[in-house]
Amino acid sequence: MSSTPTIPPVPASAQPGETPAGAQPPITRRVKQKLTSRGATIAAIIIATVWTIPTLGLLISSFRPEENIQRNGWWNVFGDRELTADNYVDVLVSGGSQSPNLGQYFVNSLAIVIPATIIPLVIAAMAAYMFAWGKFRGKDTMFVFIFALQIIPLQMALIPLLSLFVNLQIGDFQLLPSGSYAQLWIAHSIFALPLAIFLLHNFIAEIPGEVIEAARVDGAGHATIFWRIIIPLSVPALASYAIFQFLWVWNDLLVALVFSGGTPDVAPITQRLAELTGTRGGEWHRLTAGAFVSMIVPLLVFFGLQRYFVRGLLAGGLKG
Amino acid sequence: MEDLGNKFLQVVVALAIFAAIIGLIMLIVDRAPKSFRDKATVIGFLAPAAILLVVGMIWPAVQTSLLAFTDRDGNLNGIENFVWMFTEPTALITLRNTVLWVILVPLLASGIGLVYAVFIDKAKGERTLKALVFMPMAISMVGAGVIWRFVYAYKGPEQEQIGLLNQILVWFGGEPQQFLLDAPGNTFFMIAVMVWIQVGFAMVILSAAIKGIPMEIVEAARLDGASAWQQFRDITIPSIRGALVVVVTTITIITLKVFDIVRTMTAGNYDTSVIANEMYTQAFRANEPGRGAALALVLFLMVLPVVVYNARVLKQQRQIR
Repeated sequence: MSSTPTIPPVPASAQPGETPAGAQPPITRRVKQKLTSRGATIAAIIIATVWTIPTLGLLISSFRPEENIQRNGWWNVFGDRELTADNYVDVLVSGGSQSPNLGQYFVNSLAIVIPATIIPLVIAAMAAYMFAWGKFRGKDTMFVFIFALQIIPLQMALIPLLSLFVNLQIGDFQLLPSGSYAQLWIAHSIFALPLAIFLLHNFIAEIPGEVIEAARVDGAGHATIFWRIIIPLSVPALASYAIFQFLWVWNDLLVALVFSGGTPDVAPITQRLAELTGTRGGEWHRLTAGAFVSMIVPLLVFFGLQRYFVRGLLAGGLKG
Repeated sequence: MEDLGNKFLQVVVALAIFAAIIGLIMLIVDRAPKSFRDKATVIGFLAPAAILLVVGMIWPAVQTSLLAFTDRDGNLNGIENFVWMFTEPTALITLRNTVLWVILVPLLASGIGLVYAVFIDKAKGERTLKALVFMPMAISMVGAGVIWRFVYAYKGPEQEQIGLLNQILVWFGGEPQQFLLDAPGNTFFMIAVMVWIQVGFAMVILSAAIKGIPMEIVEAARLDGASAWQQFRDITIPSIRGALVVVVTTITIITLKVFDIVRTMTAGNYDTSVIANEMYTQAFRANEPGRGAALALVLFLMVLPVVVYNARVLKQQRQIR
């Protein structure tokens, strides 16, 4: 098949008359092909534009003065050319009782997401290591069972888990008080485990057995092997899953609504934003800026770590 | 500032406690008497995950299944919650909406994603075109809800419109509409938001599958004079069927559990509720945990066959490769 001449793909912008050297298909077909590929590219650009305009409109609006946002649509910005950062100042730092105080909630999101990513990752890696390299009875059955736990939707666990957290007390001392991050960290960790164990197992099982065997011969215990060999070798898998879990927790609304109590001390920015759309749905200068404050972290991750991001997302399509 | 320090401290303390627990496990595992060491290792490495899963997921799921057969005071009431779900008019609308979502979103998102993936294949600026359509996958559904509420924003006909869709209507001589208030159209306008998000997912997977089609097959078809449409129908589609099934089933599962969009855009009012949203409303707002649990159970039963099918196709695909 290597002798088949390959027709180079015709770039949409190629000038008519420029004949690609080598292959010479009949003129009519070549023209037709060029037309269809040009038509396809134009159609693709139209779809991409339609897909981008809603976000662009919100971004532009977030920089327009309040009166302008309420007076006319964001497309008028090209006429009035007035831009300001006031909306961002208002939603982030202004301390008045009317302010959405998003700065506080942004900090909450960070405080929730960091432990809620690290904790399940370590616990899942430990379990995955045992499932891949440990020797004990019932190993395969248990692993299949944990894999199967992915079919349980979040919703099946919410009600009993909340009452469990409430009732978990020693004497009068509540172990995991509502209105603290602890409930969110633990809930997110639990829901992350089945998928994390499964994915990390697939990766850790591929590590060459000789590496581990050599360490054993040198007298290393499981703990040493795990921290000195398994974890460093698994960094690509850990990174992909960490990014996925980070975004999942950052963008979550349901777990936050159930477990955070909704106070400025704990609630994440998504919950605050959802609340604002309900109670002050007409204050577009705040909603537009607020939405972008909540989106900035995922967008940075997306544009900065796109390759890992895609990999993590594809792996995690079934979570929740 | 004091507040910030306090929050930072909470995170550090939590991570320190976690590190101490894990460190203790590792210490016990390595120092255990030789005869007992292997057993201690297995238990030590598996215990944290096992405890969390049993206490936080398996046991709650069993409890929810039982809770589905109780009333708001916790007394057994047989299948009353399910009778409510399948007879009460508002609950029926919730079911109908869920069916609409679950049919339309996977179909439209996969269809548009496929067409787009074919169109941009080997096109100039393919990476940029991909990133633009994939971007909605990165942001939260709450954020997407705000973005689209703004597109659908309504002002009276005597005022200038600030929402893009109403402005377009007005440009074409129409009357501005309350897109999110008028049933049953409002459900379709929210479905559009989910499609907007999921097309990126479909496109990325299908695009990868298209690039995996052997060049020889495509060349042979071209030399035989197959038109673009024939190539698409007879080569592209059959070659990527596995990926297509995975995309459709995965989006189906995600759509069945859709919550944030409905919550943010209408909170389930104006006849727009879906099962996942109604589950939350009944269990945590209306003080009807029995009904909430029944809805969760129905959701589980709807997701179950799709997940099993999806897992089987994925396994087959791995074997082929």
